[in-house]
Amino acid sequence: MQNAEAVFSSLPYIGRGIPMTLIITTITLAFGALIGLPLALARVYGNRFWAGLVNTVVQTIRSIPLIVIIFIAFSVLSDLQLPAFVAACLSLAIRSSAYQSELFRGAIQSIGPGQMMAARALGFTRIRAIFHIIIPQALRLAIPSWSNEAAVVLKDSSLAFAVGVLEMMRRADYVRARTGNAILTYALVGIIYFLMTFITNRLLDQLDRRLSVPMEGS
Amino acid sequence: MADTKQEIVRIENLHKRYGNLEVLKGVSLSISEGEVVVVIGPSGTGKSTMLRCINLLTRPDAGGIWVSGVEMTNPRADINRARENIGMVFQDFNLFSHLTALQNVTIALTKVKGMKPEAARAKGLEELEQVGLADKANAYPAQLSGGQKQRVAIARALAMDPKVMLFDEPTSALDPELIGEVLEVMKKLAKSGMTMLVVTHEMSFAREVADRIIFMDGGYIVEDSPPDQLFTNPKSDRARLFLSKIESYHRTEGPPMGGRG
Repeated sequence: MQNAEAVFSSLPYIGRGIPMTLIITTITLAFGALIGLPLALARVYGNRFWAGLVNTVVQTIRSIPLIVIIFIAFSVLSDLQLPAFVAACLSLAIRSSAYQSELFRGAIQSIGPGQMMAARALGFTRIRAIFHIIIPQALRLAIPSWSNEAAVVLKDSSLAFAVGVLEMMRRADYVRARTGNAILTYALVGIIYFLMTFITNRLLDQLDRRLSVPMEGS
Repeated sequence: MADTKQEIVRIENLHKRYGNLEVLKGVSLSISEGEVVVVIGPSGTGKSTMLRCINLLTRPDAGGIWVSGVEMTNPRADINRARENIGMVFQDFNLFSHLTALQNVTIALTKVKGMKPEAARAKGLEELEQVGLADKANAYPAQLSGGQKQRVAIARALAMDPKVMLFDEPTSALDPELIGEVLEVMKKLAKSGMTMLVVTHEMSFAREVADRIIFMDGGYIVEDSPPDQLFTNPKSDRARLFLSKIESYHRTEGPPMGGRG
């Protein structure tokens, strides 16, 4: 294979992109959750106006390709002298908050109405009941689908390469350009993504098991 | 009679409709301190709706409700505070599924009443002891039988030191062999002087424990009598018919697992 050795010796160079990939992923997931959970609450508990507004926004975001969002954010933010890194994180976070709001909404709605009723009967305000009774259950229920979202974000962080963020994919692309061996380079970076996704899912599975309490159907 | 005792619950001319269906057509009722009032009647006659109106889980369309002096139907009333005085036990338990039995009992003590965790824990264990479940303190609801769940739910309500306890068909979701343990706890509670309003189909419990039986039908209180009178000599034809249906059912099916069995 053409220049295989050069590609392999460039592995450490590609590997040095892992921290950046992880940083983008972590920031995205954190902001996605921070925005997604309130959006989910607005959709379930908000009045018609808020629920409708959030629904429209979420559906809109879900209907636009991520790469389009990234290019728009990059164009707007570079006018404001902000780096591509910020544009990439912001785009991924916007998209992830839409998906996370969906998965949190599903989790909240799978909790029976009796839980809220019992809390209110004990004197909990609606807000307190949401925080002390509904959210703790919803977060646990959401872990499996959240784990899936984490894998999606981890992989999609590679799209940041399109605006020049020096993460793993960008580095791989430089190696491809230098060695001319696209197949081997992309295969190797694919394997790295696979391993990272695999490990992430394993860790979240463990978290799921650790936090799980015996639950009955609904 | 109970007239000299303090009035705990007063309901005046309560109305509630769901769309075209008028469930409560003007219900009035007064319950004095320490009274045990059992509500019976055919399904869909507004028994549970009336109960849920008392703590405003269901908002009545018209009428007044007072609980230990607080006018619940006044828009300016602090409903959350007032609900601390009203314990409620549901047909399907509604224990918080992510919390242990003990945590179910203590969470409102710490988060609503603002009690210190240690004090809440002591109080919670005491309440579980009262319903015979101190040994299940660390079990999650999914690990408890239906009867145990309902006893935890009773302990959870009692921990708030309510002025009145509302029971919404507390044994209807239970397997027959688990009904007795819940009724025992309720009998003990009645003997201790708790004011109770109980919607149930357990006629033996009603006969044995109630001070008054209220027979509801078609959105009205049709009869309000002491158990002896209602069961042996009902004034209304509708109550007579209802009781005879229940009796013939029990003759063919055998009595429910009432007392100790």
